[in-house]
Amino acid sequence: MLEIKEVSRYFDNFTALDKVSLNIAAGEFFTLLGPSGCGKTTLLRLIAGFDQPDNGDILLDGKSIIATPPERRPLHTIFQNYALFPHMTVTENIAFPLRMVGCTQAEINRRVAEALEDVSLPDKGNHYPDALSGGQKQRIAIARALVNRPRLLLLDEPLSALDAKLREQMQLELIKLQKEIGITFVYVTHDQGEALALSHRVAVMNRGTIAQVDEPSRLYGFPNSRFVADFIGQCNLLSGKVTQLQDNRAQVELEGLGPVQTAIPADSTIAVGRNCTLTLRPEKIHISSRVSHDEVEAHFKGIVHDMLYLGDVTVYKVELANGMLLEALLANSSPGRARFFEIGDQVEVAWHYDAGHLVMD
Amino acid sequence: MTRKNRLLKLVALGAYLFLYLPLFIVIVYSFNDSKLNAEWVGFTFKWYDKLFQNREMLSAAANSLIIATVSAAVATVLGTLAGMAMHQYRLKLLPGLVLAPIAMPDILMGVSLLLFFIMLNMSLGLISITLAHITFCIGFVALSVQARMTAIDRSLTEAARDLGATPWQCFRKITLPLLAPGIIAGALMAFTLSIDDFVITFFVAGVGSSTLPLQIYSMVKIAVTPEVNAISTLLMVLTLILITLTARLYPGALRS
Ligand SMILES: Nc1ncnc2c1ncn2[C@@H]1O[C@H](COP(=O)(O)OP(=O)(O)OP(=O)(O)O)[C@@H](O)[C@H]1O
Ligand SMILES: [Mg+2]
Repeated sequence: MLEIKEVSRYFDNFTALDKVSLNIAAGEFFTLLGPSGCGKTTLLRLIAGFDQPDNGDILLDGKSIIATPPERRPLHTIFQNYALFPHMTVTENIAFPLRMVGCTQAEINRRVAEALEDVSLPDKGNHYPDALSGGQKQRIAIARALVNRPRLLLLDEPLSALDAKLREQMQLELIKLQKEIGITFVYVTHDQGEALALSHRVAVMNRGTIAQVDEPSRLYGFPNSRFVADFIGQCNLLSGKVTQLQDNRAQVELEGLGPVQTAIPADSTIAVGRNCTLTLRPEKIHISSRVSHDEVEAHFKGIVHDMLYLGDVTVYKVELANGMLLEALLANSSPGRARFFEIGDQVEVAWHYDAGHLVMD
Repeated sequence: MTRKNRLLKLVALGAYLFLYLPLFIVIVYSFNDSKLNAEWVGFTFKWYDKLFQNREMLSAAANSLIIATVSAAVATVLGTLAGMAMHQYRLKLLPGLVLAPIAMPDILMGVSLLLFFIMLNMSLGLISITLAHITFCIGFVALSVQARMTAIDRSLTEAARDLGATPWQCFRKITLPLLAPGIIAGALMAFTLSIDDFVITFFVAGVGSSTLPLQIYSMVKIAVTPEVNAISTLLMVLTLILITLTARLYPGALRS
């Protein structure tokens, strides 16, 4: 439905977007995720029409929209600060897009009342935005953006100004809303947890480029680069070099640790002699006091350097022979578990050969 | 703490007295039944009566009102455009050009405008005075509007466009209403500056036309008569009405 084709945007000599291409399907909850300054807002502004790309094209239903001014694009934006008009009441705010397309007063009254009902604020119509709480402003902004049924909704970090509890509640409401009305959402955030929780698909951005586009579970389980692995969730990154390829396994010489066996990921550009990174999620690492001789496992000795008891799980940081700290997660649920490890304990960390995910540098 | 508070109140009271006592005296003496500003004799309206029979004074007042109205109106339109341009585009020259008349000494402005009008072979009078007033009022309006512009979040105008407003609709429905306090404050300032400008007006007035400040000055040259007190009181009342009206219409306008 929305197609972004090799779009670039330069500010003076700075490249804010570098040949970004994306395909967003109708009805999709699509998220742009990336660290601060990676170009998320810049891309959203190009889609909304507040800014023009220097190169490339943006297509909506197969037709280029870059020459279309923002008021004629069938999409609306939810701004981070909500951008409610301070000199208009809530009702006038929501009526604004309807007035612009010339609806009759009767129709406006009916649809504004409906919209207020939809966001469960039916009695706030005569208030000015000043008199609303953050969460209420957010809802009114959503009501205003949806009142004339756009094809596409752009949301730029809409929840970042809310406190944690309210944010979680609004996340659930957004998911529900998107499902109900079936409008395509393009959502911007730098919060990876939010991106994973809300989206059908996520585009991870890094310095003006797209690093990976995938479903949340695939992003987490199969990052395609060191950057994505590091950015999405907690991850141990072990640098190394491919030394041998055999069937579906590779032998990797980890820096300062030695050789390990690991599964060859699908569609990888792996080759003997290449530098690579083994990405290992903390929950896939076993930590124990026994010595393992299991063939299909990699195992290393270490010393507990730090521990963090979080109730449901305990996070251990284990110092390996090369001085590197490996993070391991142990669920506290195993019945009758004898003991916790203490700081300074000698332990062994181990992982199954297909626990890690190998990415080429 | 209470002692400090009392001292603070005393100082404040002193400052207010210093500011308002002279004005108060002028008002009181405008109703004084004596030709001298020396002692209270009795209450009278006769100075106001006399004022309204003084043809020169009346025509000067009319001139002042016309000039102030026209120059405030023109300066408000031009100043608003200049203020918006100064905010919107990163211009190097315009701010300097617009704001220079504010910083320049009045006497320099007066002399240079006089020379300019003579060079153009323009006859001096209401028109030259009005043009001069517009020149120095634009900067004040522009400053006031620009300050207001920076306070308007860019996302508001973008949101308006996003929700279907054309650039003109966006200006009419969003920018202008939000800018109104700045524009009104600027217009008010322009009107007040124009009404009481003396130095520049003195140079560009020519012989035939006079304004209130010029008229008052020529009267004071002889003596501060109760008539002068009366016209000053009326000016004060006019200003007060204007300010109250603005405060009523746009509660935020005078805050900044
Ligand atoms: N108008 C502009 N002029 C110059 N540089 C700009 C402009 N707009 C954005 N940039 C630069 O482009 C880069 C990307 O900005 P952008 O606002 O898209 O980041 P972002 O991913 O939205 O970050 P954040 O999470 O902090 O909002 C930044 O380095 C920013 O400084
Ligand atoms: Mg941003």
